Amino acid sequence: MPVTSSTKPVPVQTSPVTASPRTSLTNTIRVRLRVPARLRNLELVLLLIACGIVAFAIVLVQLGALGHVDSTIVTISAGLAVLVLAMHLVMRVVAPQADPLILPIITLLNGIGIAEIYRIDIAFGASGWNSAGIRQIVWTGMAIIIAIAVLILIRNHRVLQRYRYIAMFTGVVLLLLPMLPGIGRTINGARVWIGIGPFSFQPGELAKVALAIFFAGYLVTARDSLSMVGRKVLGMRFPRARDLGPILVVFAASMIVLIFQRDLGTSLLYFGLFLVMLYVATGRASWIVLGLGLFAIGAYIVYKALPYVAGRVHTWLDAFSNVNYNATGGSYQIVQGIFGLAHGGILGTGLGLGAPQKTPLANSDFIFSSIGEELGLIGIFAVLALYLLFVSRGLRIGFTGQDDFGRLLGVGLAFVIALQVFIVIGGVTRVIPLTGLTTPFLAAGGSSLVANWIIAALLLRLSDAVRSAPPVVMPQ
Amino acid sequence: MNRQLRRVGTIVLLMFVALFCSSTIIQVFSVDQLNKDPRNVRTLDDSYSAQRGSILDADGNVLAKSTPSNDEFKYQRVYTNPELYADVTGYFTFNQANPGIEGALNDYLSGSANDQFLSNLSTIFTGKTVQGASVELTIDPKVQQAAWDALGNNTGAVVAIDPKTGAILAMVSKPSYDPNTLSVHSTSKFFAAYNALLKSPSKPLTNRATAGDLYHPGSVFKLVVASAALDSGKATADTAFQNPAALQLPLSNSFIHNSTGQPCGPGATATVATAIRLSCNIPIAQLGASIGEGTISEYASRFGFGKPFALADGNFDVTPSIYPTGQDAPHLMLSAFGQSDDRVTPLQIALDSAAIANGGVEMQPTLIKKIIEPDLSELKNLNPKVYGRPISAATAAAVRDMMISSVAAGAASNARIVGVQVAGKTGTAQNGVHDPYTLWFTGFAPANDPQVVVAVVVENGGGRGQDAVGNQIAAPIGKAVIEAVLNK
Repeated sequence: MPVTSSTKPVPVQTSPVTASPRTSLTNTIRVRLRVPARLRNLELVLLLIACGIVAFAIVLVQLGALGHVDSTIVTISAGLAVLVLAMHLVMRVVAPQADPLILPIITLLNGIGIAEIYRIDIAFGASGWNSAGIRQIVWTGMAIIIAIAVLILIRNHRVLQRYRYIAMFTGVVLLLLPMLPGIGRTINGARVWIGIGPFSFQPGELAKVALAIFFAGYLVTARDSLSMVGRKVLGMRFPRARDLGPILVVFAASMIVLIFQRDLGTSLLYFGLFLVMLYVATGRASWIVLGLGLFAIGAYIVYKALPYVAGRVHTWLDAFSNVNYNATGGSYQIVQGIFGLAHGGILGTGLGLGAPQKTPLANSDFIFSSIGEELGLIGIFAVLALYLLFVSRGLRIGFTGQDDFGRLLGVGLAFVIALQVFIVIGGVTRVIPLTGLTTPFLAAGGSSLVANWIIAALLLRLSDAVRSAPPVVMPQ
Repeated sequence: MNRQLRRVGTIVLLMFVALFCSSTIIQVFSVDQLNKDPRNVRTLDDSYSAQRGSILDADGNVLAKSTPSNDEFKYQRVYTNPELYADVTGYFTFNQANPGIEGALNDYLSGSANDQFLSNLSTIFTGKTVQGASVELTIDPKVQQAAWDALGNNTGAVVAIDPKTGAILAMVSKPSYDPNTLSVHSTSKFFAAYNALLKSPSKPLTNRATAGDLYHPGSVFKLVVASAALDSGKATADTAFQNPAALQLPLSNSFIHNSTGQPCGPGATATVATAIRLSCNIPIAQLGASIGEGTISEYASRFGFGKPFALADGNFDVTPSIYPTGQDAPHLMLSAFGQSDDRVTPLQIALDSAAIANGGVEMQPTLIKKIIEPDLSELKNLNPKVYGRPISAATAAAVRDMMISSVAAGAASNARIVGVQVAGKTGTAQNGVHDPYTLWFTGFAPANDPQVVVAVVVENGGGRGQDAVGNQIAAPIGKAVIEAVLNK
C-alpha cells in the first residue's frame, strides 16, 4: 500500500528543508530554534500546570486525611518535578519537535496516582519503604530516567524495525519468565511476577512494548505476503505457513499466559493489540472477524475448562448477590469498589476525605474507584479525558507519520494503552469481567510505570520524527 | 492505512464512551440504591460521623441531640429524659439496627436523605460538614409525662392520639430503658448493655404500645363487633339477645359468663347498647354468632387489623393486630368479646376508638410533625392524612353513645371527669386459667368534640392477678391522660 499522506496537509515547518542545499542548513537551524521552541514552551507551561495540580492534590490529601501539611512528601515529589523538567530539557535537544501534550498528560496522571496512593498509605498508617506512595515515587523517578535514556539512545525509531525478531524473542521470554521455577511468583492468584529477594517485577508489562515493536516491524514487512499471497478458502485468503509462523508463536505465548499464569487481562491485552495491528497493517476486516471468532471459541473453552474464569464471569454478571459477595475470590472487592464510587457521587468526597482503603487493593487494581470516590464523577471524567487525549496523540502519529513502521508502532502503542485502560476500568465499573491489570500511570506498581513511560518516550520519539522528517513517500 | 486508522479511532472512542457511561451509571443513577445497600459500610460510617439532627417534642424541647466527642466518630448521641422517651426515640448505634425514630428517620437525621441534596451540595463549597435535619415529633411532653406518671409501676403501655389529625400525643411503654447506655461507640460496650436488657424478664426493650407480644383485647374488641353489626345493618343498638347468667357454647361443654357472673341487667333479653354499657359477654357472643365471622373480620380489617401502620414517614412499623379466621362456632363467639385468638396492639385499639371519635374517619397515625433543616427551614411538613373510613358517621355516633353511657352509667365509671362527657370502654382479658388478666381502657373526650383518644393496657392484672378489672386499674390511667390534654 503506498503511503501518500493525502488526508493531512504538509507540515508547515518542513518547507525550508526542501529549499536549496545552500540555505537549508541555516533554515534548519532557524526552524530548530523557532518552531520547536514554541512546542516546547507550550509543553513547559503545561508541565508547570500539571506539577502545580499534583502539588495541590498532595497538600489537599494531607489536609483532608492528616489535618496538617507534612513537607516531606511534597519535597520528595518536588524531586520528581525536577526529573520531569530535566526530561523536558533533554527533549529540547534530542526531540525538539515532539508532541507537547504527552509529557504533561502523563505527569499529571502519574502525580494524581501518587497523591491517591499516598492518601491510602495515610489510611493504613504506612510509612518509609513500607509506604506504597514512597515506592511509587522512587519507581516514577526510575521510569523517568529510563524514558530519558530511551529518548537519548533511540534517535531514529526506524532502528527498532531492524530488531523486530529480537523484540519478539524478548517479549515472549518476558511473558514466560514468571513460569520459571525459582524466580516466578504468584501474587493474588496470578503467576505474572518474578522476584529476586524483596524485589518483585511484572515482566509482562515490559513485554507489551517489545511485542508492539515486533508486531509493527513484522507486519510492515510481511503484510503484503499476508494479504496478497496464499490460498483462498471460502472467499477468504489465508496466509502461507511461513508468514504465519511468528504470529502463531505470539498467539501461543498469550494463550500460555492465560492458562498457566491465570492472567486473563494480559492475554486479552496482547490478543487485542495483535488483532488491531494486524488489521491496520493489512486492512482485512475478515481477519478481525476470524480473530474475534477464534477468541470467542477460545474464551468459551476456557470458560468451561478453567473454574477461575467462570468465577470471574459469574461475579461480573451477578456481583451483588450474597452468594457471590461472600464467596472466596467472589465479588466482595468489586462491590466495595462500586460502593466507593457511589460514595463519591458526582462531586466526590474530596481528597483525603473518603474511605477508599475499605476496598481491597485500593491503590493498585482499584485505584480508579479510589479516585472516583474522592474526586467524584468529575475527577473520573478528567482522568478518562486525559487518557483519551494521550491515546489520540498516539493515533495522530498513525495519521501523520511518514513511514509505515512508525505509523504502525505509534498506533500499536497508543492502542495498547487504550485497551489496558478499557480492560481495567471496564472491569472495575462492570462493563466487562474484572481482570488483573494495572491502570496505566495511576496504579501502584513499578513494572507498569517503567513500561508506560517507555511507551510515552517512544511516542515522543515518533511524534518528533513526524514533524521533523520531510514528507517523503517511503518505498515499503 | 488511514481508513483502518479511522476505524480503530472509532473503536477507541467507543471503548471510552462505554467507560464514561458505566461511571455515570454508578456515580449518578445508582447512587441511592448503592448507598442503601446494607453491606455498604461507608454509608454507615458517614451516618455515624455526621452531626446528626436533633429529635424534638411538639413544644420544641430537645429529646435527643449530638454533642461533640473526642473520638473518631466526632459526635456522641445524648438523650435528655431518656427513659420517658426511649420507646419513641429508640437509640443510635454505630453498626447495629437502630429502633424508634433514630432508625426510622435515619436518612434525614444523618443528612443523607434525597430531599437534603441541595443543602448538602452547599457544604462542599462552604467546607462545612454535613448536618442532619432535626425531627419535630407530635409527642406532647405534658401528655407523655402524665401517661408515664399514671402508669406508675405497672407493666404496660399508653397511647394517646389526636383523632382529628392522627398525631400521636403520647406513647409510653413500661418498663423502659436508658438509650444513653446503648448509644455508645464501642461495640462491646453496646452488647454488654444490650444483652443485659435483652435478658431482663420484664422486656424493657419492647415497645409494648406498637410491637410487643400482642395482647388479648378482651372487651375493648366489642367496639369493633358492635361497629360491624351496626354498620353492616345486621343489627341495631336495640337488637336484643337472650340474657341468661351463663351460656353453654355450641359443640362444647364450656359455659361463658358475664364479668359479674350475673345476667346483663334486668330482663329476659339484653340489647347491644346495654351489653356495651355494662360490658357483657353473653349478648355480644350471640351478636358475633349472628353477624358471622366474615363481617367481623371485614370490619376489623377496615379498622386496620392485619396491616402494618408506619408511624414515621413510611417507617416505624407497628405489628399488625390479628382477628382470626376459620374459627368454629364456639371460638367465633369467644372471639366476639376479645378472647379466642384475637391479638392486638394498644395502638390498634386507640385507632378503633379514634375512628369512632372522628365520625367514622380514621386518620393515619403519625409521630412526625415536621422535619427541619439545620438552617431552620422546613424540609417536610406532614399534613394529616386519612387512613380510611371503616364505618359511617351514623354508626360512629351510635357506638360513641354506647361508650358515653358506659362511662356515665356502666362498666367504665372510673373514667368519669367532672364537667366533661367522656366516652370509654374497659376490657379485662383472660390469658389462661390461672394467668393474671390483661387490663384495658380506651376512650376519648370530650365526646362531642374529641381532643384526645387514649388506649391503656396493663399487664399482669396490675399486680393483682385475677382480682382486678380494667375499670379499677386501666380506666383511671386513661382518665389522667385525657385530663392532661383537656387541662392544657
